[in-house]
Amino acid sequence: MSAPTNQADQVTTPGPDEQWRGVAAEDVTELDAVVGARLQKRSRVLLASLVRPRLWTALLALALVVTENLVVLAGPLMIAITIDTGIPNAIDGDTAVLAWCVGGYLAAGLGGAALRFAFLKVSGRFGQDVLLDLRQRVFGHAQRLSLSFHEDYTSGKVISRLTSDIDSLHDLLEDGLDGLLTAVLSVFGIAVMLLVLDLPLGLLVLTGLIPVVLVTRWFYLRSRYAYRNTRGAIAKIIVQFVETMNGMRAVQAFRRESRNESILAGFNDEFRGANKRALDVMATFTMTVRLVGNLSLALVLAIGAVRVVQGGLELGVLTAFTLYLRRFYDPLDELAMFANSYTSAIAALEKISGVLEERPTVVDPASPVALPPAKTGRAVTFDGVEFRYSTGGPVVLPRFDLAVPAGQTVALVGATGAGKSTIAKLVARFYDPPSGRVALSGVDLRSVADAELRRAVVMVTQENFLFAGSVADNIALGRPGASRAEIEAAAEAVGADEFIRALPGGYDTDVRKRGGRLSAGQRQLVAFARAFLADPAVLVLDEATSSLDVPTERAVQRALESVLADRTALIIAHRLSTVLIADRVLVVEGGRIVEDGSPAELVEHPAGGRFAALHRTWLESLA
Amino acid sequence: MKNDTIDSHQPARNTNLDALRRLSPYLKPVRGRMIGSAVAVLASMMCGLLIPLVIQRILDGPVATGDTSALGWMVAAVGVLGAAEALLFFTRRRLISGPSTRAEAELRKDLYHHLQRLPIAFHDRWQSGQLLSRAVSDLSTLRRFIAFALIFLVVNSLTLVIGLGVLFLLDPMLGLISTLCAAPLILISTLYESRYAVLARRSQDQNGDLATTVEESVLGIRVLKAFGRGPHLAARFAEQARELRRTELRKVHVVGLLWGAIIVLPEIAIGGQLLYGTFGIANGTMTVGTLVAAVAVATYLRWPTDSIGWLLAETNQAATAAMRYWEVRDAEITITDPPVPRRLPATARGHLRFENVRFAHPGSDTEILRGVTLDVRPGETVALVGATGSGKTTLTALVPRLVDVTGGRVTVDGVDVRDLELGQLRRVVATAFEEPVLFSASVRENVALGGTEVDEDDVRQALRVAAAEDFVDALPWGLDTRIGEQGLSLSGGQRQRLALARAVVGRPSVLVLDDPLSALDVHTEAEVEHALRSVLRDVTALVVAHRPSTVQLADRVAMLSGGRITAVGTHSDLLAGNAEYRALLSTDDDARSEVVA
Repeated sequence: MSAPTNQADQVTTPGPDEQWRGVAAEDVTELDAVVGARLQKRSRVLLASLVRPRLWTALLALALVVTENLVVLAGPLMIAITIDTGIPNAIDGDTAVLAWCVGGYLAAGLGGAALRFAFLKVSGRFGQDVLLDLRQRVFGHAQRLSLSFHEDYTSGKVISRLTSDIDSLHDLLEDGLDGLLTAVLSVFGIAVMLLVLDLPLGLLVLTGLIPVVLVTRWFYLRSRYAYRNTRGAIAKIIVQFVETMNGMRAVQAFRRESRNESILAGFNDEFRGANKRALDVMATFTMTVRLVGNLSLALVLAIGAVRVVQGGLELGVLTAFTLYLRRFYDPLDELAMFANSYTSAIAALEKISGVLEERPTVVDPASPVALPPAKTGRAVTFDGVEFRYSTGGPVVLPRFDLAVPAGQTVALVGATGAGKSTIAKLVARFYDPPSGRVALSGVDLRSVADAELRRAVVMVTQENFLFAGSVADNIALGRPGASRAEIEAAAEAVGADEFIRALPGGYDTDVRKRGGRLSAGQRQLVAFARAFLADPAVLVLDEATSSLDVPTERAVQRALESVLADRTALIIAHRLSTVLIADRVLVVEGGRIVEDGSPAELVEHPAGGRFAALHRTWLESLA
Repeated sequence: MKNDTIDSHQPARNTNLDALRRLSPYLKPVRGRMIGSAVAVLASMMCGLLIPLVIQRILDGPVATGDTSALGWMVAAVGVLGAAEALLFFTRRRLISGPSTRAEAELRKDLYHHLQRLPIAFHDRWQSGQLLSRAVSDLSTLRRFIAFALIFLVVNSLTLVIGLGVLFLLDPMLGLISTLCAAPLILISTLYESRYAVLARRSQDQNGDLATTVEESVLGIRVLKAFGRGPHLAARFAEQARELRRTELRKVHVVGLLWGAIIVLPEIAIGGQLLYGTFGIANGTMTVGTLVAAVAVATYLRWPTDSIGWLLAETNQAATAAMRYWEVRDAEITITDPPVPRRLPATARGHLRFENVRFAHPGSDTEILRGVTLDVRPGETVALVGATGSGKTTLTALVPRLVDVTGGRVTVDGVDVRDLELGQLRRVVATAFEEPVLFSASVRENVALGGTEVDEDDVRQALRVAAAEDFVDALPWGLDTRIGEQGLSLSGGQRQRLALARAVVGRPSVLVLDDPLSALDVHTEAEVEHALRSVLRDVTALVVAHRPSTVQLADRVAMLSGGRITAVGTHSDLLAGNAEYRALLSTDDDARSEVVA
């Protein structure tokens, strides 16, 4: 699609130091060296912070794998001794050395197996603990991040951070780490062994490592690039899937299927291409390593054979050398596997750490101020509030003051986009105003602890999101721990009880995905019951009755009237019937409050105000 | 809140291997490369196996005799074999990288294709997290399986057999020792297979549940924030994550046992061979070179043997992933094109009829619709009125066949909608849903959606009808502005107007509008209403209405109650003559009196 991509384009270009901060660098495939290094450092810092709390488990795993490698390393040594001493002695009739060696070899094998099992258990626990920790961190953090972040970042990306990106760390911890430890240890151990067995031959073998190091560097850089691309592509696939699954009705009714398929095909190809490149880079890498290994073997054989013939080298030592050499280069393949998982995981961690680095713009206060006790709702005041969604963005609400006394029911009226919802969202502290303050019972919302604020203020919107689970579960979201009787009472209060009891499982009926079992009106009633159960001092309703039929709406209104008697309420509704239950009406236009008074006052407005006009249109529509 | 992971409508449980075998059509086009890759692995293993044999010749020949004349050739042979082995490694990986990634992409494409055609009933039942985990993590498991495990499983078994053969050639007794030690592999693997398969399945399902919770936590973020329930859901997520951790740890335990058992076997074999070989050398029946070669071969066989455990785990994982994949692919597409589609008359007039229509949700015996009969004449607009939950939305979904009737029939111009080609039906019938869903795409694309025949004029015309042209033109890039989740967010009223534009853009002859004005403010509602009137003049329309203002768009009103149409007439007729209708729609005096009061 050639269309401009998103809001980010509008935002002024961030300064050089900001380019990599948070999720800013996520969609950039070509990074300059400085930013790239910083991103990598950030990933490593995250990895380190995950490892640190369970360092002892990690060290235990390390100790086990070291021991295992030492034990396994003893194998070829036993064989060398058998050939050099055991066999000649056995020919002479002394089988003691032979018996010790064979016994030692078997013991090494058994010990190695036992240690492997222990290592797998310990490292498995370590890996799973790290994953659990990371999952919880990211999930919790995503929940803490402000709405403005979610609106820009989009759901699909958060989902891919928490699913496929964490999966790649899982792959690293499950296979990669084991490969790395085993490989590094055995390469190191064998190198020492080779040098001890025969210095010149050992040094010869080790010079072979120089091309290996070079090709590893090349491999690392190339595969890192490829894996960054796979992460980006899979996130796009996830977004496409999530959107399609959630909009399936529209997709099918409007024959969007084939267009969707061509979009997915594009992302699919991107993912496939990046993956193929990663695999191809791996192919070159393993070939080089293997080639170096095998050529050094040939060289060792040539030189070694000549030296044995000349008497400068024991036959057993040469034998051990050939056996060790195989083992020396085999783990390098595993090292490649590790590098693969590592680059993939680091690319994923880069994105995860970006999300973790984002700071919520709406923060919980460090030293919260307790709200004074209140019986009949709470006063809501706006003092010199000005609001814009982003710095440099257009002003949505020009500077204004507003005082809503405790217990008052206020209706906000105005055209779509006038700023009514923004005012409501400020009361629910979905955003903080860049200047001025919103206060509850005189306390700045920014000083109220989130838990207390959410007990005091509840907002019901027109998107009545239902979660997987039963009807009762969904109502109980208003107040976890509420008894069944309380849940039913809340449902009864809003007139939802009747339809819920008529469902096959009553309150225990599974609402299915997004509440698919219920009609839009029924979902709205459940959302209402949820709010009633929460029993807040301040209730904010944003278009919360738009899908109800008239009698149901009236029932809700009756319930509202009794409930709202001792609560503060802010109601946004397009239906004037809902507005008329308010004590006070505010007409909002272009972000400004242009009329303010009781419904009766405004209707009687001598100069024929906006509300009076609306009211007339409405009366005509009833005729 | 629990998630239903597996529903009751699954096809009969396939065995794991069947699920894997069914992938073969995806591998067929790349069979040549797959075989080439397997041959390359096999050849590289042969090179690897031959190297110890040359070493044997070196040790028994030049080294033992001191005659180094042949040494050069032999060392060269090791070098050539080694180089060949390295090259074959490269060949194998290059050959397989294409097929494995292509198979994954094709599998994903077909899954997506299938999902888009599965009925809405399926999508209401399946959490999208479960579908997502199949499309992403299960498919990458399959890619890895095709790229590595599948080939190595074949090749390593072959190598094992060939290696044992080489040992038999070196000395029958040495071969026998290794064979005896390899035999228990079969027993161990079978024991392990059943235990691991259960755990693999559980872990993948739990992964899907986790994805579902993640998805809900993100899509429902506003509700969670409004109620401050983020921590509540986080606790549920943590519990699910811990369950997954428990399953994974069990998997580790089983794999650890298997692995431990498997790696000890070759060691026993080598120990035995050493013992036997030493006595052979002592008795002069065996050369040192033979023993070293045998030990080298046995050492070489360690990897194919050791890897069996890992390969079995991968295979199991892949089989489970394949099963989960086929579960969705096997879900039946119940709403399909008829075998012999009928065509609508050339001059489609849009005569919509419901004839004794019945509907019950699958698996439920309570009918929501119990014999709805309604005739919407060409060009006529009928409002559908009924209490919350009376089945109005269900009735509208029957027309574009998002769901099918369970009794009776719906006809357009006298043709049962089930006898029409779906594409044609959905071109003729357009729907505006109560909850407008926008996709991450330009405004233009969001309005046109699937309509490839739609041009810019059509889009603009539709936007005008929906009173949306002004606000669209005010967007930063006009029609090209990206909206929806990954773009600018629009207000509820704006979204609803776009959904309306989407419905009228293809000039449908039947328009189904589900409460199209619910999220509009009074002013905009009047504008949209005005525009709608001009559209509704030419098309047949069924409009679900909650409000008198919407009802007034209609020529006639139908009252849906108790699963039947209980009354049809004009708004004023029904107000006068139908008590239930009056209760539902009359804005009777109590509301008005309050204003005056």
